[in-house]
Formats: sequence, C-alpha cells, structure tokens
Amino acid sequence: MSEEAKKGYSVPIGPIHPALKEPILFTFQMNGEKVEKVDFAPGKAHRGIEWMGMRRNPVQIVHLTDRICGICGVSHTLAFSRAVEQVAEIEVPERAHYVRTIIAEYERIQSHLLWAGVAAHELGFDTLFYLAWRVREESLDVIEYLTGNRVNYGIVQVGGVRRDITADQFPRIEASLSYYEDLFGKMLTLFLEDTTIKMRSRNTGVMNQQEALELCAIGPTARASGLNMDVRQDSPYAAYGDVDVRAVMPEQYLGEARGDVYDRIVVRLLEVKQSIDIVRQCMDQMPAGEVTAEPKIPKLLALCKKAEGEAVGRVEAPRGECLHYVRMDGHEQPLAWKVKASTYSNQMSWLKILQGEQLADIPIIVASIDPCMSCTDRVTVLRDGRRDVLTKEELHRLSVEKTRRLQS
Amino acid sequence: MSFLPTIPEILKQFFRKPATNAFPAKYLPPSVTGFLARVGEGTASIHPPIATPPDFRGKIVYDRDTCIGCKICTKICPAHAIEFIPETKRIRIYVTQCIFCSQCNDACPVNALHMSEEFLIAAENRYAEDLIVE
Repeated sequence: MSEEAKKGYSVPIGPIHPALKEPILFTFQMNGEKVEKVDFAPGKAHRGIEWMGMRRNPVQIVHLTDRICGICGVSHTLAFSRAVEQVAEIEVPERAHYVRTIIAEYERIQSHLLWAGVAAHELGFDTLFYLAWRVREESLDVIEYLTGNRVNYGIVQVGGVRRDITADQFPRIEASLSYYEDLFGKMLTLFLEDTTIKMRSRNTGVMNQQEALELCAIGPTARASGLNMDVRQDSPYAAYGDVDVRAVMPEQYLGEARGDVYDRIVVRLLEVKQSIDIVRQCMDQMPAGEVTAEPKIPKLLALCKKAEGEAVGRVEAPRGECLHYVRMDGHEQPLAWKVKASTYSNQMSWLKILQGEQLADIPIIVASIDPCMSCTDRVTVLRDGRRDVLTKEELHRLSVEKTRRLQS
Repeated sequence: MSFLPTIPEILKQFFRKPATNAFPAKYLPPSVTGFLARVGEGTASIHPPIATPPDFRGKIVYDRDTCIGCKICTKICPAHAIEFIPETKRIRIYVTQCIFCSQCNDACPVNALHMSEEFLIAAENRYAEDLIVE
C-alpha cells in the first residue's frame, strides 16, 4: 500500500448537488466509506438583501424580510418589525399580537411538515415524502385564506398586522386544526415506528448536550440534544406570554434524549402538535380591538423617520432563534440592519454530527438541522474580482471599525 | 421483525382520488406553450385551476380616474415597481417587478389600487402590454 492510498481521498459535494436543497459546498475527507473530516463553505446564495434594505424605509423592508426565506418568512418579518417597534416606541395592539402568533404557528406547522417530507426523501423514502407534503397543503391553504398568499404572507407590518382574523374565518381555522389533530397520531406512527426510518436515523448524526451547548446549537436541533431552550418560553414575544408554551423535548416521547437524527424528527413532529394547541388557545383568548397601532401609512413612515436608537428583535423561527438588529438615526432608511438566521448558529453542528458517519448518511444528516442557506448567507466579499474568505482576525477588525463608525 | 406502517396507507391511496389538481391539462402536453396557444384559439380546453380564496393578491388593478397623483404608492413600494409620470400626474406599474404585497392598496388615500384574482400572468416579454398597468 502506498502512502497516498492510506491518506484517503476527498469528496466535494456542492455547491449545487441533488442531495442539497440549497447551494453550499461541502468537502469531506473520506477514509473508505467513513467521513474523517468535514469542511463547508457557505456564501453561495448571497443576494444582498441587507444592502437593499439600507436603501429603503422600514415599511418597504418589512416586505423585503418576507423574502429572506421562503419557508420562515413571517419569522423574519416579525423579528424585524419587533426591532423597529422598539426603536420607534410603537405599541402593538393586543389583538395584533394574537394574529401574529396564529400566523407564526401555522408557519411552524407547514415548515415542520415540509422538513419531515424532505427528511423522508433524503432517506430514499419518497412515498412518505409525498404523504407529508400532501398533508402540508392544508396549512398552506389556511395561510392563503388568512393572508392572501401561500408563501410570502405580507401580513405583518410595523405596528401590527395588515389583516384581521374575523369571526367568519374561525370555522376554517378550526376545521384545519381538527384535520391535523386527527392526523397527528397517524403521522407519528408513519414516521417514528417505521423500521426503515428507525434503522437509518437512530444513532446517526449524534450530538450530545455538552456538544450542542459548545457549538451554540439552537431551535429543534438543540432541543433534540436535550437543551431546554425556546425563545417562546424563555423570553416570550407576541402573545406567547399568555399561552401555555413549553419547549418540546424528545424526553417527553421517548424518556431520553440521544441527540441523533431520530430525536430531531421526534421534536419537530411533536412541535406540530404544540402549534395546534397554541393556535387553539389564541383563538379562545383573542381580545377584540384594533389590529394596528397606525393604520395610515404616511403617518407610520413619519413615526419611523423620527425614531433614533437601536434594538434587537428575537423570534423563535421553525429552525431556531432568528435575530434582527436595527439601528435608526432619524433618516428614512435604517443606519444598520443585521439579520442572523437560525441556520447561522446551527451550521457549526455539521462539523460534529457528520464526523465518523458514512457517505450514504450525509444527505439526511445535513438535512437534519433543517438548513436554510438563503437565510444565512449574509456576507460575501468581492474585491478586485476576487472572492475572499475572511479570517477571524480580519472579521474582528472589520467589526471594531464598524462599531467606531456607528459611534462617531 | 420489521414494521412498515406506510404499506396500508399506500393501499388505501389506490382507491382515493389523487390530491393533485391536473392543471393545465389532465396529461402533460408535449408543449405547454403550444397547448396554451391552442386554448387561446379555442381548439383545446383548460382544466380549471383551484379557485383563489377571497382577498387573494393577484395582478394589480389601477383606477386611473380616481387617482390623484399623490405619489405615496411610489414611496412605499418595496420593489420600486411603480413609476410616476410627471406629465400626466399618473402612475405606471410594472407587473414583472411587482411583488404582490398590496402595500400600495393599503396606502392609497383614494382607493385607486386593487388586487385582482388573476394569477396566470407569466409571459416571455417583460414589457408586454398586459404586464404594464397604467
């Protein structure tokens, strides 16, 4: 055996690859079928959304944030408008909080069912993929019924929501909730008791509690590893303070958390049930009243223009915490706007969970954190026609420079 | 011992109507554009799409006579799809750029802008006559 053969070989997957739903480049150092080392290069889906936002006023940016992600659009809108509302000191009416919560929970239902389908597809189990996506349609139909669009809802605006949920819309929501309730038991059986899924996902892509903490995992990925964290529970926003919401842990179903792919399926499926309960509670408790603090858009623009200061909006997106930082200085456009999508925190887990796994398990393990690259890709450096990867020191220097610039 | 709960589900599906709406035709035509051209001529018929819900946000409708030329819509359009024509004091909307957020509908002080139910508006020419509303 030559020295070279022992060293193994490297397998690049991406930037565009059928196993990946969005562009990202993985480089695997392989030894036979086993993954020895993983490296990945995000930044292939950068669209310059923040740049566009810095040239628009908050009323326009709200609709731009809807398009950061095709699945968790309302989480971004909610996080952004929460940040602007804090800067401009706009108080959101109670009813608007409830409408926001209902839409956000419907988004979670459709996002988790979409993910469940993708996970089945990555396992080569396409029958289940079609079943999951057929069921998902119901939540999209309700969202379309409530907001006027299936994907880019455009319902949240700074200061409230743009459409109220009226009493005659309640029966439609109720019908979809009982549809999902009836179906839930079946979905659990189909996904969690299936031998094929168990074989492929049990003890694959394991990340224990300590590692999840060290790698700053968030959302369902962290909860599957046994970390009890959920923005809705830890620092409630919208109407979550009024409803009963507790982080869903795999222990509730299985008695223990192993932090593998199977646990991540468990957490996401149980969260669908939790979302149904939250929507129910919201519908029962919904107070009457206005749904927006300022219905006149020119007035709202004037309010935002006067605002000075900075704020952070945090929202529990289906994939984990989503954070928007906004700084305004009395101009129409914000001085700074920074988006941190959930995958930004979760992607580091890949380095751990892919290590030591087999080549064939890569698609499901990569998909198991529910990555969303278009949300995440915020920085691309192009200088003299060259693409640079910034080192930690350079990024730190840039960060210090930016802080000084903002302070001056 | 393997347990495959999907099998009974598949068997049941054999006796159910497929969930997919066969749109625009029951079987995929060799050329979709050719098929749509034939629909236009009246020689073929389209399988109807699923009805849109009330308050659906489709292609924009502009009431030129009600408009007062206040320019609020041009200021709040996220996609910069609305252009103000100073000579006529009216607006022009480029539907290819429109993102169907209907923010201009909310902002219009005289209710001159509305969203229709039309959503089959794809075309090959971005400046086609029916893709510019004025």
